[in-house]
Amino acid sequence: MNESVISANNLSLTFETNDGPVHALQDINLDIEKGEFVSFIGPSGCGKTTLLRVIADLETPTKGVVKVNDMSASQARMERAYGYVFQAAGLYPWRTIGGNIKLPLEIMGYDKLEQKERVTQVLELVELSGFDKKFPWQLSGGMQQRASIARALAFDADILLMDEPFGALDEIVRDHLNEQLLKLWATTKKTIGFVTHSIPEAVFLSSKIVVMSPRPGRISKIINSNLPSDRTLEIRDSKEFLDIASQVRDELRKGSSDE
Amino acid sequence: MNKIRDFWNLVGPVFTILLIITAIWYASAVWLNSAWAYDKAKRANVSISFSEMVSDTMIQEKPLLPSPHQVIKEIYKTTVLKKVTSKRSLIWHGWITLSATLLGFAFGTALGIILAVGIVFSKSMDMSVMPWVITSQTIPILAIAPMIIVVLNAVGVSGLLPKAIISMYLSFFPVVVGMVKGLRSPDQMQLDQMRTWSAPKTTSFWKLRLPSSMPYLFASLKIGVAASLVGAIVGELPTGAVAGLGARLLAGSYYGQTIQIWSALICAAILAASLVAVIGVIERITLRKMGIQI
Repeated sequence: MNESVISANNLSLTFETNDGPVHALQDINLDIEKGEFVSFIGPSGCGKTTLLRVIADLETPTKGVVKVNDMSASQARMERAYGYVFQAAGLYPWRTIGGNIKLPLEIMGYDKLEQKERVTQVLELVELSGFDKKFPWQLSGGMQQRASIARALAFDADILLMDEPFGALDEIVRDHLNEQLLKLWATTKKTIGFVTHSIPEAVFLSSKIVVMSPRPGRISKIINSNLPSDRTLEIRDSKEFLDIASQVRDELRKGSSDE
Repeated sequence: MNKIRDFWNLVGPVFTILLIITAIWYASAVWLNSAWAYDKAKRANVSISFSEMVSDTMIQEKPLLPSPHQVIKEIYKTTVLKKVTSKRSLIWHGWITLSATLLGFAFGTALGIILAVGIVFSKSMDMSVMPWVITSQTIPILAIAPMIIVVLNAVGVSGLLPKAIISMYLSFFPVVVGMVKGLRSPDQMQLDQMRTWSAPKTTSFWKLRLPSSMPYLFASLKIGVAASLVGAIVGELPTGAVAGLGARLLAGSYYGQTIQIWSALICAAILAASLVAVIGVIERITLRKMGIQI
């Protein structure tokens, strides 16, 4: 039996707005085990990003609890239990790529030597070796996003939360980064939470797919993937892949048909 | 050949504008001073031709609008030909104004940054201080300057400091406004990111907010330094026209010395432009060092 690193119990989050309450999340129950790659997929407004932000303690639930590494979400954040990758790379233009990756290490008080070692190490992981002295504007969008992933990997967090990290990139770059991410997952054995609105991306990457539907934001189905863990892009033409993809698609269609 | 063309592309427009301004200036001088030229001729009972009138408008002692070459001659006479220690040297007067400007600018920048940091970090300061900052600028500086001079004089402070304080009064405002905007320029995502690293507020100030505010700070400093100069000049008016460019302006207007007024004005303009240019150079160096593309 694997240990659960993220668990949500009867989680609800309601935003009070001028137009009345918005039920962003309702009765979410979820367990993520160590080393899983979990995708959250659903139409916009289904609360997938909100759920990730609740896990990261960037939003506070109105009901229910989230446990991360057996701690409350806010404790886990204080303990720096996770790295978070946002939709935009968000690199500081006045810092080099190396300097950007060092930033969380500086904040967390790693010593200079260790910082340097880790920068080299994570740049290698995202295949950006030799770019540490470059400034963000000298890199393409895809490379910037890889640098931001490197930044999230630089410190010792065994959870990686990613909010549509490749949403703004074109499909070719995206395919390439997806392959890289899988390799990275295999080498680092991190637990990954990944928000996306692309069915092929979710199926290609995940060991578990959480399908969500809107109004109120809720989990409509959790699909476990039985695809082998060492995948290449070719797997997308296999029958198993297409089966899972059509399961996800059916579920998404069901979710949107009750409107 | 290309180099000459590049140089012309750079200098040409500036030169053209300068030429147009000079032409308008000369034309205005002729137009404004002609009344006096005709008046003189009428009293001497002679009639003058157009060209005689034009040449008279260029050499009047107290013209309504001095011609450019008269002003340039006056500036040359009072800078190059006078010792800098002389009370008639524009360089001496300029230095007095400049020292008050720089001191006031330093005070104003410091005060502006301190207030901005307070406003960004404390909600109550945002609500209580900001309205006063804005109110302070709605009072005409000409009304408040003499009072500052008189009050400080009563407690025994005179000379440079009162002028610097008036200068500060004008220059802190753009710095507050620019820095508040600059320190608030990081977006929600960048602040969230700091949160995910559970960074303390001071860390996100030094590593995120302050560097983000730099382009805003320099824009404010450019306005601030020009305002400082205005403050220093205004501060020199109520002191009884002793020293400084402001004193030259006032003395000139007492005695109708329009050429003196204009040469002091031009000097003030050159000083202001140089100060803004210096800030511009520091801005370029700093932002380039920070790797920010301008």
